[in-house]
Amino acid sequence: MPVIDLANPTRFLTIVNRALPWLITVTTILFVVGLFYAMNAPDDYQQGAAVKIMFVHVPAAWLGMLGWGLMSVAALGTLVWRHPLADVAGKAAAPIGAAFTFICLVTGSLWGRPTWGTYWVWDARLTSMLVLLILYFGVLALYWTAEEPGRGARAAAILSLVGAVNLPIIKFSVDWWNTLHQPASVFRIGGSTIDPALLIPLLIMALAFTLLFATLQLAVMRNEILRRRVRTMRLMQAQELAGAT
Amino acid sequence: MNLGPHADFIVAAYAVTIFVVAALVAWVVLDYSAQRRVLGDLEESGITRRSQRKAGR
Repeated sequence: MPVIDLANPTRFLTIVNRALPWLITVTTILFVVGLFYAMNAPDDYQQGAAVKIMFVHVPAAWLGMLGWGLMSVAALGTLVWRHPLADVAGKAAAPIGAAFTFICLVTGSLWGRPTWGTYWVWDARLTSMLVLLILYFGVLALYWTAEEPGRGARAAAILSLVGAVNLPIIKFSVDWWNTLHQPASVFRIGGSTIDPALLIPLLIMALAFTLLFATLQLAVMRNEILRRRVRTMRLMQAQELAGAT
Repeated sequence: MNLGPHADFIVAAYAVTIFVVAALVAWVVLDYSAQRRVLGDLEESGITRRSQRKAGR
């Protein structure tokens, strides 16, 4: 089937309805395996068992950023190509990305207290991540408060593209500035600095969280398509009623 | 499994994660059933989209 066929919402819904049960199954299995490995992973020689927070904090951070990346690509689709599903994808990614960014900030804070001695510092990585959460709230506010959905979608798309500037700032903040947050230790030139005993559970959990994101993204997109159908049908109902009087 | 002196922080981090993910899943499931219900009601009242009318022709 050509990729362009996915632009048809009805066909997209058919594919989503088929894919979701498989995605839910694989995600659940990966979480069971990932959590088993995570709970049985050895303690860190400095942090002790507190290193287990990494298995939820790091994937949440990646997905918080991935969500905004997805919204930026969708924003191009909305503004440039006016793709019918682009706005649906952008709107769906916003609450999911915001939730993962929130998880990242809270679990990071809970990890920071035993390892750094503080819940929060205004260093570049933590602050840029907080800015990302505030940007997410901004996009959600634009979607939820716009009287005309198209106008809200365009404003949200513009904010998504502008906010994409924050993604490299988050990523490289630990290299550009002197931060309390540690530098990159998984994806870096020269290979990961994490021992395989901790890296393997982390990667399994990251894959599980990524599939969870994909599952939620497709499910929220499905809901959004149905919501737009409801809106269209209500408008038609109103027109019919107005014509009858 | 011994979580050591920082057990409270570890448990709290996992609890927050589970709570937020569960809230997201609940919102998605409830929203889906709500949209399906409203669509069903509209279709029962005789309202059909243009594409459905074309398909029915």
